[in-house]
Amino acid sequence: MTDRLRRTVRHVVAALALPIGLLACWWVLTADSDSYYLPPLSEILASIDDVWLHSGRLRTDVLPSLLRLLGGFTLAVLLGVGAGVAIGSSRRLRAFCEPVLEFLRAIPPPVLVPVLILFAGIGNTMKVLVIVSGCVWPILLNTVEGVRAVDPVLLDTARCYRIAGPARLWHLVIRSASPQIVTGMRQGLSIGIILMVISEMFAASNGLGFSIIQFQRTFAVTEMWTGILLLGLLGFLLATAMRIFERRALNWYLGLRQTQRGGDR
Amino acid sequence: MRRPTGLLGDPTLLGVFGFATFLALLEVVPRLGVVAPDYLPPASRTGVALAELAGEGAFWTALGDTLRGWFLGLLIAVALGIVVGFVLGTAPILREATASTIEFLRPIPSVALIPLAVLLFGTSLRSVLLLVVYAAFWQVLVQVLHGVQDVDPVAQETARTFGLGRLARIRHVTWPTALPYLLTGVRLAAAVALILTITAELVIGAPGLGHEIGVAQSGAAVPRMYALIIVTGLLGVAVNILARQLERRLLRWHPSIRREVPA
Repeated sequence: MTDRLRRTVRHVVAALALPIGLLACWWVLTADSDSYYLPPLSEILASIDDVWLHSGRLRTDVLPSLLRLLGGFTLAVLLGVGAGVAIGSSRRLRAFCEPVLEFLRAIPPPVLVPVLILFAGIGNTMKVLVIVSGCVWPILLNTVEGVRAVDPVLLDTARCYRIAGPARLWHLVIRSASPQIVTGMRQGLSIGIILMVISEMFAASNGLGFSIIQFQRTFAVTEMWTGILLLGLLGFLLATAMRIFERRALNWYLGLRQTQRGGDR
Repeated sequence: MRRPTGLLGDPTLLGVFGFATFLALLEVVPRLGVVAPDYLPPASRTGVALAELAGEGAFWTALGDTLRGWFLGLLIAVALGIVVGFVLGTAPILREATASTIEFLRPIPSVALIPLAVLLFGTSLRSVLLLVVYAAFWQVLVQVLHGVQDVDPVAQETARTFGLGRLARIRHVTWPTALPYLLTGVRLAAAVALILTITAELVIGAPGLGHEIGVAQSGAAVPRMYALIIVTGLLGVAVNILARQLERRLLRWHPSIRREVPA
């Protein structure tokens, strides 16, 4: 028991030592900084409260950003998995679509912002569409790969037992492809965050990206730094949430892989 | 490139057919008025704009700017990723101590650095590089760390028994093990670097294709904007193909590539 405790303590120390050290360095080095670009960390941290909490920006800027991201990401998952299953199940369809998909995927998603402004103006619709247009590719292509790799023996078995339609789709195809689908979702999420910020930097009247750019343009450097920190924290939290989801959804798969490798890690 | 053509099941033929259908749709949909041609010009008009671009000196300068930002950023990110990855990966204590910091810094979206880059460097190349290097570095680093971890302990012990020193072990045991991972990292980083280069040009206004797209959009030169977007897409495809080729060339000896060679 004490051995385990000691090991836990060691892990915690190892995990926290460097971040705390770095923050301490930042704090000390900028303590009496009068550089315009690098305000003291103490000042930045102190103003987080004023900039984001008291002014209500959390509700008027951060919340809309998150809702757009959530909406766009959900749509992208539905679209990506749906189209991915369809394309992955048919060899002909796959050969037919692949070059076009490869090309569309290769277009850097942010350049679609100007295009979508043409179609959808500068409102929420545009921003959600921008997020969808970027997130959907990794999800779609990974789903295609996953569906393609479904064990043919299992497919045959399902056919023998006359498992067809939605049951076959859900219990066999989606399930077998789920490791790849989740990988695609993880990649899609980080693209989604980037696009959320960029779409707001272009033309918006609220949102996290909008606020940060506004701070920068009005040379409110301390406020800008709080925005950068907040965005960093958001990216980290979303990535952590994704990892927890991954562990839940793929529990069976991770366990299976461990047994196959015979390892105890 | 062309494989011997079969009949209906030939994937290459189907792919060409798919692309032709896509182009035909792009031509017909605006012409029938399903989508306003002001928003989505017919493919032929975009094609004309594309041809016009090719005759412009300014376009080639912009392309050169974009490629330079991409290449320099990627180069710096890969060099940093290799050095940091090997140093951290071969020392368990360092690896453990930095794991949480890496996990925290990695998901920070690089676009968060845009305002900082603008303040520090304005619209110069250095702004672009700051974003590109930050985004691409993690892709390389994480892959190198995985690769260094993957070293077979038996091979490591064997090398030690034969009296190989630390550097020789890195050269002959760790490096070949990590190389496939590293190249995967380079491939991912190359794509990310291109996206960030063009994004930085578009948002910050540094010279390059992204900036040209922004200018075309604000000047309502819609076909030109589409033509430029197509160029960025082609660039993306080219980067992917190039990275795959590099991987194939450098890993010719590796089982994963040798297995792919058709019998």
